[in-house]
Amino acid sequence: MSNIATDLRYEVSHPSPTVTSIIPIIDDIVQSFYNTEGALIPVLQSVQNLRGYLPEEALKYISLKLNIPFSEVTGVVTFYSYFSTVPRGEYIVRVCLGTACYVRGGKEVLSAFRDYLGINVGETTQDKLYSLEIGRCFGACGLAPVVMINDDVHQRVKPSKIKELLKSYQGESNE
Amino acid sequence: MLEITINNKKLTVESGITILQAAKTAEIEIPTLCHLEGKTPLGACRVCLVEVEGTANLLASCATPVRNGMNIETNSQKVRHARKTVVELLLSEHKGNCQFCDRSDDCELRELAHKVGIRGERFVVNEEAPALDESTAALIRDSGKCIKCRRCITICNEVQQVGALFPQYRGYETEISPAFARELETVACVQCGQCAAVCPVGAIIEKDHIAGVWAALENPDKHVVVQTAPAIRAALGECFDYEPGTLVTGKMVTALRLLGFDGVFDTNFAADLTIIEEGTELLTRLKKALVDKEDVALPQFSSCSPGWINFTEYYYPDFLPNLSTCKSPQQMFGAVAKTYYAERMGIDPADIIVVSAMPCTAKKFEAERAEMNDSGYQDVDYVLTTRELGRMIQEAGIDFVNLEDDAMDSPLGLSSGAADIFANTGGVMEAALRTVWEIVTGSELPMENLHVKPIMGLEGVKEVAATITGAVPEWSFLEGVEVKLAVAHGLGNAKKLLEKIKAGEAEYHFVEIMTCPGGCIGGGGQPRFTTDAIRMARIGAIYKEDEGKELRKSHLNPEITKIYEDFLKKPLGEKSHHLLHTEYKQKELVM
Repeated sequence: MSNIATDLRYEVSHPSPTVTSIIPIIDDIVQSFYNTEGALIPVLQSVQNLRGYLPEEALKYISLKLNIPFSEVTGVVTFYSYFSTVPRGEYIVRVCLGTACYVRGGKEVLSAFRDYLGINVGETTQDKLYSLEIGRCFGACGLAPVVMINDDVHQRVKPSKIKELLKSYQGESNE
Repeated sequence: MLEITINNKKLTVESGITILQAAKTAEIEIPTLCHLEGKTPLGACRVCLVEVEGTANLLASCATPVRNGMNIETNSQKVRHARKTVVELLLSEHKGNCQFCDRSDDCELRELAHKVGIRGERFVVNEEAPALDESTAALIRDSGKCIKCRRCITICNEVQQVGALFPQYRGYETEISPAFARELETVACVQCGQCAAVCPVGAIIEKDHIAGVWAALENPDKHVVVQTAPAIRAALGECFDYEPGTLVTGKMVTALRLLGFDGVFDTNFAADLTIIEEGTELLTRLKKALVDKEDVALPQFSSCSPGWINFTEYYYPDFLPNLSTCKSPQQMFGAVAKTYYAERMGIDPADIIVVSAMPCTAKKFEAERAEMNDSGYQDVDYVLTTRELGRMIQEAGIDFVNLEDDAMDSPLGLSSGAADIFANTGGVMEAALRTVWEIVTGSELPMENLHVKPIMGLEGVKEVAATITGAVPEWSFLEGVEVKLAVAHGLGNAKKLLEKIKAGEAEYHFVEIMTCPGGCIGGGGQPRFTTDAIRMARIGAIYKEDEGKELRKSHLNPEITKIYEDFLKKPLGEKSHHLLHTEYKQKELVM
């Protein structure tokens, strides 16, 4: 099988020093979902917004607070490509590999990003500028293949054009 | 009621049941690898596909309710082809290693593959099998064999409510495992082994102690003794094709002698000892609470079931003071074997090897606990599950079915019927009542009326209350006291009961909890496959064993009287405290 899925097995063993500081905020988030059925995913989304990823200690804390087994929490986190357990770059490049994008060259686009950035899916460039991820349909199949960079949707992306595409962001960040 | 047709057979069935259940009522077999009786249907394995007239796709019969007028084919050509392909696909991901697999005798996948006519490998996937997870004392996980049927998840999450296992990652990369596909010891697994009991293949099995036991038996310098748990005598026969619920106590003893054990003893002896210690502890707690007005933890919880101990340590540390300080019968036996028995026989305890035959996987973990060395040695050296004992008997070429009956050795082999019923839910409570009642009232309970009906059977949480009358002077403070008791089996039920106690919605004096559904007779180490009907059959056998004995009360066991006279002196005394009691500590829920 492809490396993509294997690469998704994020290395999560390094502890993060930043978790203690966000615990009161996690408490507030959990509190706002107290006793709500299906609270786990919205809680995870809110917590991920704090640091851009979900540190393992935060997941353990959420597990205890929501009284959901740790294995179930990580099961949900590892299921959705939206969630990340490692710190990510300033720009998150998400290449859609939904059916439409896949058949219209999404895989080639992904491999172009991979080569250009020198990172695999789930990884972040050393300058902490870009993270590479895959998406499973952004609901813009008519524009396939689609790439999202943070909140911007880019349509009909060609492997040959990605350098240019990324440069526009680099420029932005240098300003 | 609904009218349906299955394989041209007209049936009248209850509404609300699934096609799978309807077929079962007509004795039409639909194979399945993920279904668990009475649990939420998953439709995960796709083996139970059937054809329903007017429906384009085949439907998973385990997850499809019957509708009036449904016309179902369970064995049409379309179904047979699809089913065969499904099994072939399952096989393609199953790194079976079948010749050497622990489950080669009873693998449901291998059996089904044969049944649906698979005689070759159609989809070949060349991948290395992932490493074994041997991190816990009790269990081995082999993810390469896992077919993602999710039975283990159902049992761990829905029944035991432990949640150690859950699908991790996604799609082809899915792994049924602890958090982040790490090892079992990284999560709060209680090692009950119910996952191993329901696994259709060899993906979760108990850690093998057979090799260690053979080595001990072959060592002429070692005096090797075996203790047999009450639950195994009602199940070991199933390893030799006896009907579930067949008692094989006598043959088991003969087989153990033939295997070469120097002493064949009974965990029941230690169960009787437990009743004396635990009963005395209960009365002491009640006295402290009612007379001395001391702040003492009540209800007292039974402490025989090592999965339950783990569960308390992880999930309910606030209740640790409520746990009886008594070690489990297995551990009491080990401690007594390497002290009292060693002394009596004039054998250096360093040369004694204690082997247990248990219906349980968590007992393997328990034997290795740091607390369990009070004899000066590891009190119990090896723990065989019922399945492992069955396998050893087969390895030795013993013709089990044709063995003569024999009786256990003295002094650790004599036991009461009260000890037998430790094997099933409600049994420890009933055994304790037989003794405590007679101690408190000084009057004999009639033999024909020993069973405590409200706490018998498979109801998840059971309660009974009794008002004490006619207390002897020593226990007069209990006169007129309504003693409230509760019994739970399966950790999900235990949780229900604990939450009720925590919320102040119920008050009890004594609570019995067994980790596995049905109690030890449904343990994680018992012959596969255990259903409720089989649980009831084994329980029936255990009650029969009890009822067939003259001696049915722990405090009347003459060997128990003797061990107190010669060695322990008195219940909860100094020696008892040292050898038979322990304390447990809180464990981190997430590690």
